[in-house]
Amino acid sequence: MTLLEQFRLWLGGIWPEWAAYIVPAIVGIVVVLGFVLTLVIVFIWYERRLLGRFQIRLGPNRLGPEGIFQPIATAVKILLKEDIVPAKGDKVIHWLAPVIVFVPVLMIFAVVPFGERAILADLNVGIVYVVAISSISAVGIYMAGWASNNKYGLISALRAVAQMVSYELPVVLAILGVVLMAGSLSMTQIVASQSIPFLLLQPLGFVIFFLGTVAEMNRSPFDLLEADSEIVAGYHIEYSGMKFAMFYLGEYGHALAYSCIIATLFLSGWQGPLLPPIVWLVIKVMAVFSVIVWMRATLPRLRVDQLMSFAWKGLLPMAVINLFIIAAEVLWLSEITPWLMVAVNFVFAGVLVLLWSKLFTLGGGRVEV
Amino acid sequence: MTTALIGEQIAKEITEVFPDAVVAADKAAVVVTSKSLYQVAEFLKNAPALDFDYLTNLTAVDYVDYFEVVYHLISLKHNCSLVLKTRCHDRDRPVVPSVVNLWRSADFQEREAYDLMGIIFDGHPNLKRLLLWEGFVGHPLRRDYL
Amino acid sequence: MTIKTEPFILNMGPQHPSTHGVFRMRVTLDGEVVVDVEPVIGYLHRGIEKMGENRTYTQIIPLTDRLDYVASMTNNFAYVLAVEKLAGLEVPERAEYLRIIMAETMRIASHLMAVGFFLNDLGAMMTPVLYMWREREKLLDLYEMVCGQRLTYNYMRIGGVSQDVPEEFLPALKRFVAEMPGFIDEYDQLLSQNEVLLARTKGVCILPRDTAINTAASGPVLRASGVKWDLRKADTYSIYDRFDFDVPVGTVGDCYDRYWVRMQEMRQSVRILEQAIAQLPEGEVCARVPHLLRPPIGEVYGHIEAPRGELGFYLVSDNSIAPYRFHIRPPTLINLTALKDMVIGWKVADLIITFGSIDVCLGEIDR
Repeated sequence: MTLLEQFRLWLGGIWPEWAAYIVPAIVGIVVVLGFVLTLVIVFIWYERRLLGRFQIRLGPNRLGPEGIFQPIATAVKILLKEDIVPAKGDKVIHWLAPVIVFVPVLMIFAVVPFGERAILADLNVGIVYVVAISSISAVGIYMAGWASNNKYGLISALRAVAQMVSYELPVVLAILGVVLMAGSLSMTQIVASQSIPFLLLQPLGFVIFFLGTVAEMNRSPFDLLEADSEIVAGYHIEYSGMKFAMFYLGEYGHALAYSCIIATLFLSGWQGPLLPPIVWLVIKVMAVFSVIVWMRATLPRLRVDQLMSFAWKGLLPMAVINLFIIAAEVLWLSEITPWLMVAVNFVFAGVLVLLWSKLFTLGGGRVEV
Repeated sequence: MTTALIGEQIAKEITEVFPDAVVAADKAAVVVTSKSLYQVAEFLKNAPALDFDYLTNLTAVDYVDYFEVVYHLISLKHNCSLVLKTRCHDRDRPVVPSVVNLWRSADFQEREAYDLMGIIFDGHPNLKRLLLWEGFVGHPLRRDYL
Repeated sequence: MTIKTEPFILNMGPQHPSTHGVFRMRVTLDGEVVVDVEPVIGYLHRGIEKMGENRTYTQIIPLTDRLDYVASMTNNFAYVLAVEKLAGLEVPERAEYLRIIMAETMRIASHLMAVGFFLNDLGAMMTPVLYMWREREKLLDLYEMVCGQRLTYNYMRIGGVSQDVPEEFLPALKRFVAEMPGFIDEYDQLLSQNEVLLARTKGVCILPRDTAINTAASGPVLRASGVKWDLRKADTYSIYDRFDFDVPVGTVGDCYDRYWVRMQEMRQSVRILEQAIAQLPEGEVCARVPHLLRPPIGEVYGHIEAPRGELGFYLVSDNSIAPYRFHIRPPTLINLTALKDMVIGWKVADLIITFGSIDVCLGEIDR
């Protein structure tokens, strides 16, 4: 029984049925959206400051104490810009693309558990819903690239489709490992079953899921879609004003959404001693995001064929083997203490990673023209 | 230290192979006729004792009576250098054979000489203007431009 | 059933974050694979060669600054060496040593920028650039101490340098030289064994040895292809024969070798600087040269090893105060001749990093 359902039952005693149906929904949506947008703004500030630290400089620190009003200034600047639509571009698709990229990001938060009973919609297929919704963004990106009538955008759009489709598979297989161990698809069940965080119980699954979602988010080192040095901002090259703000917020919204999913699936969500659950969730989400920013600051980006071979020849076989190992363990080892599973899984993870790094070369090379 | 080969000695060697090629020779440079330029260049590149495989610089100078195209050649193996020159006296349509087939470094440099001086290199695969835009009229580095 | 495909032309226009200046390439792409590259230049053409014919020999020195604006000292150096060769002038000892110090610090600064932006093209979001910028800023502070300028120095004169160095210059330079090897080790540790860097640059866009010689590539591009040709050793100018340094030579000629050669050259420059500081004599810094110099009738081709390659000046003099013909041999324009060979068959991303590894500066391509 989630908090919202309890609220609805209580309201049903006082108000008519339809009011008791709508008001909790609106309250829940507003609270969740408020949380999301606030945290996205915090993420933008945090990333710029942290990136500055990695690059031996201070980040923005002029506006407000320690620069906390910088993201607001950025948002205001973007909103004040003229909204340019390319003359030969497809106007309807051009207008629709940012919507299709941004809205699925918000929809993911419907199933993120913020506390023991604080979740907007306790679907019993929670994680499948997340996977399904997040793939819609790929269509939005392709629409953005196509409607811009710009060759750079086109290259980027095609790369986007290839990348996002390829990385869905290892991600889903890693999720299946989690689901097998938790025994349910529902997000609240997955959190409840993590007495030991799945990070320890499935290190290989965590690594695959992490890398897969970094690729889904189009963040460095997989950010060839908006590779500034090659295709000059890629699919959002012809966007300005509010539509660009949608893409920009959408990128950080994606980062937030996937960080929440990682925290929920692998870091045991909101569980933790002493502090309230929402604070623990925010701490874990910030930790995951810090690692993502760290990767962005440090690594150069991969080329598109190297990216593809990393997904298909690197992550996918490891994900399949991981799934088999987890299935075998759940079948035979789940009665014995879970710490045995931890040890076995770490050994397997180490062996597989070493094996793959020896056998697997990032492909690509010269093509005969 | 790169030895700068004496023009007169190289002129002698060239005259042995191509009798009417050399027009003038002094301590610094060898001047050959523009008709024989390609053969002389080929000889300088392929002769094993000379082996000039590196064309460092290709310029054109406008002495008012004639144009002079200057080639600075270096032999990496023997570490010596040579200056080869050729002259064309026709101001309206100065033609010099192109050495792109021997040294590909002449590609952009000949295009630039055509662009700025107006010298036409016969046999260059892509003799278009390099630095100025396609519709430009005139050749700015000539002495009678402006 | 075969799918009908057609190659399309992508214009990597004059305004692009990675073309290191106003450089335009018309790239014919078949999907992601490069089929043809056609460089289009001339967006920064200022007519420096024509201007040189109307200026005295000393007035041309600020013009040479603006050629390769990233490495101005070596441009000045090449030009004054050519004029001194033409006029047969002697340069005092202290001036020679100061020129070498300036040239080698300039080489370090230029390579720091080249390597930093090469990694930026690879996608490491400005992090290597900012690390290398820390050292480059120290060098630019040194130059500001000496001549008041951070970018276009106009420091060398015909017959020496324009002014002596102030007192705080040498201690600052010694500090820099002492810490620089540690910093180069830091960059090496961060970059040279990075998996992604190796995967992106090893074996990519190879320039074979024979093509490099035939297209008269010079500088790190030539040396990365395995040709041991450095003008400081092969055609020694100024007082380079008094210093002990090595010339790093690559093996394969791929992008990684071009990056590696530049890193090693920085180390060798630090070696030269240590020796030059130790041997720096006292004395005057400029020979007495007539204000309006009239070199004898003749011509000269003076060339030096600039950070980007062989920078040469061809001067023809007719005994007047201005040269009759002033021609600049730009290293990067001639290095670009081989771009098409290197890039065909590779992908768009490789085109960008190869172009970054050739390390162009549009000022000297377009003049």
